[in-house]
Parts: sequence; structure tokens; C-alpha cells
Amino acid sequence: MDDYYHSVVLDNKLCKGCTNCIKKCPTEAIRVRNGKAIIINEKCIDCGECLRTCPYKAKIAQTDTWDDLSKFKYRIALPAPSLYMQFANAPSKEHVIKALQMLGFDYVYEVARGAEIVTSITNKILKTESYQRPVISSACPAVVKLIQLNYPNLIPNLLKIKSPMEMAAINAKKEFCEEHNVSPSEVGVFFISPCAAKMTAVKSPIGISKSNVDGVLSIKTVYFRMFKQLAKIKDEELPDSNQAGYKGVRWAADGGEAVALNTEKILAVDGIHNVIKIFEELENDSIEDVDFIEASACTGGCLGGPLAVENMFVATARTKKFKESLPSHGLSIADSEMEEYEFDCPIIHKDVTKLDTDISEAMRKYDRMVSLCDELPALDCGACGAPSCKALAEDIVRGIADITDCIFVLRRKVRKLAEEMMALESRMPPVIGEENKKDGDI
Amino acid sequence: MGLSGQKVTLRYTIAAEDFISAGEASSHVKKTLNKLGIRHELIKRFTIAMYEAEINTVIHASGGEAYVEITPEKLMVKISDNGPGIPDIEKAMMEGWSTAPEHIREMGFGAGMGLPNMKRYADDLAVESEVGVGTVVTITVYLS
Ligand SMILES: Nc1ncnc2c1ncn2[C@@H]1O[C@H](COP(=O)(O)OP(=O)(O)OP(=O)(O)O)[C@@H](O)[C@H]1O
Ligand code: SF4
Ligand SMILES: [Mg+2]
Repeated sequence: MDDYYHSVVLDNKLCKGCTNCIKKCPTEAIRVRNGKAIIINEKCIDCGECLRTCPYKAKIAQTDTWDDLSKFKYRIALPAPSLYMQFANAPSKEHVIKALQMLGFDYVYEVARGAEIVTSITNKILKTESYQRPVISSACPAVVKLIQLNYPNLIPNLLKIKSPMEMAAINAKKEFCEEHNVSPSEVGVFFISPCAAKMTAVKSPIGISKSNVDGVLSIKTVYFRMFKQLAKIKDEELPDSNQAGYKGVRWAADGGEAVALNTEKILAVDGIHNVIKIFEELENDSIEDVDFIEASACTGGCLGGPLAVENMFVATARTKKFKESLPSHGLSIADSEMEEYEFDCPIIHKDVTKLDTDISEAMRKYDRMVSLCDELPALDCGACGAPSCKALAEDIVRGIADITDCIFVLRRKVRKLAEEMMALESRMPPVIGEENKKDGDI
Repeated sequence: MGLSGQKVTLRYTIAAEDFISAGEASSHVKKTLNKLGIRHELIKRFTIAMYEAEINTVIHASGGEAYVEITPEKLMVKISDNGPGIPDIEKAMMEGWSTAPEHIREMGFGAGMGLPNMKRYADDLAVESEVGVGTVVTITVYLS
């Protein structure tokens, strides 16, 4: 897989070349060129901010399609915990699981159980001294990517264990194949996702060599199909589901991973811009007395994911009913379910910030960038296609933009040219014979 | 800001008793060093040391100035103030020694760890101070 694969792409036909997305992108990964947005692949973390801000719905998260299910003889659904809160007509977790079965999935394995497995592994790790504190959760792939690109000093703090989705996929496939005596190659495991970054985490994972998930379906893709099935369910047909309890299900919303842990020294931060602020402080060593950081790129946690359907606040309100109706956790976790939980690849910093690999050259470029900034109007209007005047200055020294992309500089130059032409014109000798013409003569 | 030969220089004013913007200078220096492609371990050491010195001018003096000089060989910052000065530098360098008043301690400062941390993170640390005149802290981290 291409090193810079990421799931968020642009629909050129829909893009109007406005500046909404370039301004909101937390890593300044978008520019407008020739009237269309472009995403700088190396910088994109798939947080989904641009999907939320684009008024023309021109930003799309690539996911698999319903038809992709037919590539496999057997199909397993991995519902994200946030799926349970999407439906007004799903009174319980069992309703959601039943609806998935009715849609033709041969087995449903709750990612909420994967989450409970991850919680118990994390609790064990927090008892040891094996990590630099605070330990940072690796469950949100957009956050992991952010650290890999922009916060290399925090890589040692990152929890190097597989995500709930991966743990669910490993166990789901193992259980299903053993029980039905089928080969893993005949089984497709599909994650049902509120998240754009999870697609990237499957196609081009960080920390693991290969994902155990075979496909990602967005909640948007399954929503209406499930909605129709939910309307048909009779209570006596509901399956038993004791895979996960409230602890796992609560992971859907912000703070959910943190409350499930055995420590009080927790900081939970949601929303990518807030995450960045906390990481800045962490790099300054100015956060004390925190053992664990839960960081979600999306405001409200995964319930605020860009591919979720239900309004985040409505969905969050629905988590309460699960608190009352569910046991605190699912069936106790066997040791065999916690095998192979560790990352098997190192996380290597990808430096997308430096201006040049040679420091002297980088210093020269930096200096030029500073003087360009003085020339630019500091209005951050975005008309040049860069998110700020400073970003344009950087683009210029990187050789991907020109100073005349700034309309103010361009206007200044045009005016100067016009003045020069006027000055030249006044020094031109009269055309021969012109002085003898009378008014009206041609 | 400017450059002569192979040198980037940066200057900042550190405002008095402004706890909200305290740390802005070191945070801007960090962004600059990232652009220059300096090794991230060195960036971390340099900016944490600088941050501590910056905070000290806010807490113990009435603000001050920072002058940063970056060359391909080293990172250097001089942080100076016209505050009360440090009567006994040797004592001030000791872990846990602090004259921070109660209201400052309540804000989470005053553990007496700033100067010891600067010493730990810097390759060279020079503290010059005269009572009633001010303090100059110079932090150097070598790049090779
Ligand atoms: N710029 C300064 N002007 C005057 N006194 C200073 C200055 N910097 C440090 N000091 C003195 O040195 C002492 C020790 O400084 P240090 O930075 O080690 O600890 P602190 O600032 O008191 O606490 P902490 O840095 O842990 O928040 C201070 O309490 C203060 O008395
Ligand atoms: S918070 Fe959840 S939905 Fe949003 S990017 Fe992270 S994992 Fe995906
Ligand atoms: Mg101090």
C-alpha cells in the first residue's frame, strides 16, 4: 500500500474552490489551486474536519461498498460501539445486532468487546513502569497519525497495542473459523464505521503490518438498510448478547475509554484542535500528575465521527439508556482473547515540517519565508489558496506557490507596472505627422 | 528576525505577570526549529529549558526579553530581565529551592525545579545576576 494512502478525497465536480476547508484543516493539508481544493497527501491525518465543513459535500471518505460483501462466502459484522446510538427505533443493543443478522451477516462480533479487551490490557500495562507517562491512547487513528507526523517526542508515550477494532477482528475470525470449521480466506470481516480514519487504519495501518479487517462500511451505508430491518424485529426473536457491557459500549462517546480504566489520573480530550493544544503542553512537560490520556480527534468522541448519521448530542443522550440496561461489562475475558495484542511494527516519525534536509539551506529558506511574510498583507484572507499568509510564504519557499498568488501583491505589481507604462508613455515622441492634424481629421 | 551568514535570530518580549501568554516565545521557537529540521530530541531539550527561563522572568521578575540565535552548530537563547536579581545563585540552582509566594504556588509553579531542569536539559547554562539590577540566563544546546 502506498505510504501516503489516506481515505479522505475530493470530488472535483462538487468543489467550488471556496476557502472553508483550508481554514479548518488542523494540519494545513489543503490548498486551493486553479479553483479546486487539493489535499497534500503527506500531511492529511483523515480527521474528517473538512468533511464536516465543506458546504458542497465535495470531501468524501472512501469506504467499501455494500457490494463488496459479496466477495466473501461468509461475512462478519463488527459494529462500532457508536452504531448502537444511531437509531431512534433500536431500544437495545440486541436490536442492532439482530438487524445486522437480518441483513445477512453470518456472525456479529461487538467492537465494544474489543474495547473491553483493550481496557483490560491497558490496565495491566498501567500497573507496570514500561511506558513513559502519561500513556497516550492509540485507539483513534487520526490521533496516532498526528503524533507520527507532528509530535515525534510523544511516540514513546503512545500505547503500542492494537485498537478495539483490530482485537475484535482477530477474535471474531478465530472464533467463527473454529466453530464452523472454515478457512479464514473465505471469511470477510467488515467494520461498521463512524470514522474516516479507520479506513486508512485498515488499508495503510500504523504499528501493525497488516490489518485483520477486510472491509470498512460507513454507518451512512448501512443506516437505511438497518432502519428498515429494525422496524420488523419482534422482541421474542432477539439474540442473546453478552459479549460487551456498558464499559465497552461507553467507548462510543468521549471519555468512555478513560472511565473504563482503573486509574483516576486521566485526562480525556476531544476535538482535534483541542488535542493539538494538549500535545503542545505535553511537549513542554507542563502537564503533571496524569497517567493516561484519551484523545479523540472528533468532538464528542466517535459519536461525533464524520460518518455517523445521528446528531451527536442526540446520540450521546442515548448512551444513558445503556447504562441502565446493560451489565457493567460482558463475559469475562479469556487469556486466549488477549493474544497478539502488541504492535508489530515500530512507529517511525515522518517529518513533513522541515523546509530542507540540509540545515543551512533550511535556514536560508526560513529567512526568505520571514521576509516574504513582511511583504504579504497579514490578512489571512485565503484568496491565494493557502490557509494563511504565513502558509503562502512557506509554500513559496517550498516552490509550490508564487508571490503573485496573493491578490494584494498582484494588485500592487499591476499598479506599479501601470504607473511605469504611464511614465514611459509621456516620454514617447509624437507620431510623425500627428502634430499637423486638425481636430476631426483622421 | 534576520539572518547574516548562516544564522537565524529571533527576539521576543516577555510580558509581566501574563500567565496566559507565558510560554509563547518558547512555543514559537519550537515551531521554528521544527521548520529548520533540527533533531526533535534537541528541540525538546532546548525549548523546555527556554520555557522554564521564560516562566521565571514572568514569576520572579517583571517580564523580560528573549534573544535566540540559531546556527548550524548550536542553539542559544539569552533571557534577560531587569527584575530583583538572585542573591545566592548556588542556592537557587538547588532542587526544591524557591522563593515563589503562596499565590504563585497555587498556580502550580514554585517547586524549585526550573533552574535544575535548565541545567539538566542544556549543554551549557550560564546564570548571571545582580541584586536590584536583573538576571541574564543563557542556555546553549549543541547540534553535533
Ligand atoms: N529571573 C529571576 N529573577 C529573580 N529571581 C529568580 C529568577 N529566576 C529564578 N529566581 C530565583 O531562583 C529560585 C529558583 O528558581 P527555579 O526556577 O529553580 O524555581 P521556581 O521558579 O521557584 O519554581 P519552579 O521553576 O519549579 O516553578 C526562584 O524561586 C527565585 O527565587
Ligand atoms: S474520534 Fe473516533 S470517529 Fe473520530 S477519528 Fe478518532 S476513532 Fe475515528
Ligand atoms: Mg522556575
